[in-house]
Amino acid sequence: MLKLYGIELQSRLLLGTAQYPSPAVLTTAVRASRAQIVTVSLRRESGGERAGQGFWSIIRELGVRVLPNTAGCHSVKEAVTTAQMAREVFNTNWIKLEVIGDEDTLQPDLFGLVEAAKLLAADGFEVFPYTTEDLVAAARLLDAGCRVLMPWGAPIGTGLGLNNLLGLKTLRARYPDVPLIIDAGIGVPSHAARAMEIGFDAVLINTAVARAVDPARMAEAFAQAVEAGHAAFLAGPMEPRDQATPSTPVIGKAFLS
Amino acid sequence: MRILVNGAWRDTGATNLEAALEELGYGDSVVATALNGEFIPVPSRTAVWLAEGDRLEVLAPMQGG
Repeated sequence: MLKLYGIELQSRLLLGTAQYPSPAVLTTAVRASRAQIVTVSLRRESGGERAGQGFWSIIRELGVRVLPNTAGCHSVKEAVTTAQMAREVFNTNWIKLEVIGDEDTLQPDLFGLVEAAKLLAADGFEVFPYTTEDLVAAARLLDAGCRVLMPWGAPIGTGLGLNNLLGLKTLRARYPDVPLIIDAGIGVPSHAARAMEIGFDAVLINTAVARAVDPARMAEAFAQAVEAGHAAFLAGPMEPRDQATPSTPVIGKAFLS
Repeated sequence: MRILVNGAWRDTGATNLEAALEELGYGDSVVATALNGEFIPVPSRTAVWLAEGDRLEVLAPMQGG
């Protein structure tokens, strides 16, 4: 069973809550995904409209655990302050830590990420850092107190899948006991299945579900893919080989020519 | 006095943060606050005094990935 900071979870699919065409579609997609964790954020609230209050009641009714993010933060201070505000509003020590370093690729600023992770871990946060497959960054994040890592598959929102398969496999092999969640870049269920087949513990999906023509159906498809991929990992896939080998026994074949 | 609330100038007669939030219409909303870039937890709101030109951020739960 998946265990994140001491919390046991049946589902290995985490779902983002952004970009859905309507709150109703979001609700049906979350249910269809069977996700037990959804990501949320903090944004400016108008005293007149109070849009955030309605959203928050929808999430609470779903009965899922929330993982607040620091999306859009470009500095350590911004990310740490946002995390502190998120802890109060969402009443959780969990924080998906994003410190964005490049505006085009939304690549994390690994230096700022490590610094922010240190500060937050020392302040009692349980940090889920949005990182890359970089091995040295992983080591530093673990030193900083992170007990989960969330490497990207591809840049956020691209749907390109697992851009650096070798790098991700190497990260998995280096840290067999650290929960690793692919965060960002997954486009279709086969990408998620692939991540699970190579031994990742979970995947976090947002755009691929929210921007599907039928988000609820896509959420269900991802749920199945994640389960299938994880089952395949546990079953131990065969080693690929370059030469064809008949699967049907040759011995005993009739001589008919 | 005038303070910057979520990037827009607002006039307020309130002197402390708690009273300003009430006056600005947040009432019992679930929001977190930061004043001049520093997080102000709920229990501290009544003890935090506002000054002309203060930058107040009022954030609430929102969709996120």
